[in-house]
Amino acid sequence: MIKVQIVVKLKQEVLDPQGQAIHRSLHKLGHVEVTKVRQGRYFELEINDQDGSAVTRLSEKIAESVLSNPIIEDFEIRQIS
Amino acid sequence: MKFGVIVFPGSNCDADTCFAIQHVVGKEVVTLWHQKTDLQNVDLVILPGGFSYGDYLRSGAIAKFSPIMESVQKHAASGGLVLGICNGFQILQEVGLLPGILLRNSSLKFLCQPVYVRTEQLNTPFTSNMDKGQLLKIPIAHNDGRFFLPPSKLKQIEKKGQVVFRYVNRDGKELSESNPNGSLNNIAGVVNVRRNVLGMMPHPERASEAFLGSADGLKLFESIVKFFNKRKR
Repeated sequence: MIKVQIVVKLKQEVLDPQGQAIHRSLHKLGHVEVTKVRQGRYFELEINDQDGSAVTRLSEKIAESVLSNPIIEDFEIRQIS
Repeated sequence: MKFGVIVFPGSNCDADTCFAIQHVVGKEVVTLWHQKTDLQNVDLVILPGGFSYGDYLRSGAIAKFSPIMESVQKHAASGGLVLGICNGFQILQEVGLLPGILLRNSSLKFLCQPVYVRTEQLNTPFTSNMDKGQLLKIPIAHNDGRFFLPPSKLKQIEKKGQVVFRYVNRDGKELSESNPNGSLNNIAGVVNVRRNVLGMMPHPERASEAFLGSADGLKLFESIVKFFNKRKR
């Protein structure tokens, strides 16, 4: 079994009003040194396979076709165990 | 002419849409369960508003894998008519039948209010019975309605005349104040290149009788019926 982390992030050119709202709240709390917030999504998958490269291929396929929308999002994949 | 309304888990405008078609437009309508693949020979497939699969992941992202969606794609590929309203619009984009994506409203508020849209294209089956620049007062009800496409692709759909409805004020002027959700170019509805698939955020079924505040939504259904009658002849 291999554990995979997938982070889905909004592309830079896409407006992120949720990130902006979080940013404003952080400022209200006094964390004025925070200059930007972008919100994304995080997934952990446990995959029943020992072959690291097969797991990478499968994770990429899942991230591309289901977990993200290529019009607005990029993703990063990391195997953690 | 026969209409079909797909029911996904979490659809909540399916009954209203069926009511408007059956009792106001006066046409036959059937509901189509999303797990089935048989479209029952309907002429127009409607993907209604709601929150299919609770909007988990992204609006429409899970509904696109429902078995019936393959039949919807085949229906569209053979020239059949498809209409996506609100969540239905989001599903049609996720499945790739329509361009763009609908993101969280820029105000971060759920918007439930009447809006004015201007009809930009008359050469679609959905608008053929309207006047040039026809204003429609139709309600919106959504959290994720901010139309987005990268600039080069946005230019492309504008050039091809795929933008069918734009948010405007009551005088038909396209202003930033008349843009409820931050949609690029005030876009409220688009068609595919072939012009047989329409997606729109406003709910025409909620504006189908005067006592609801507006009967402008009927103009859309009447256009569809007229188009179909003409094609049959």
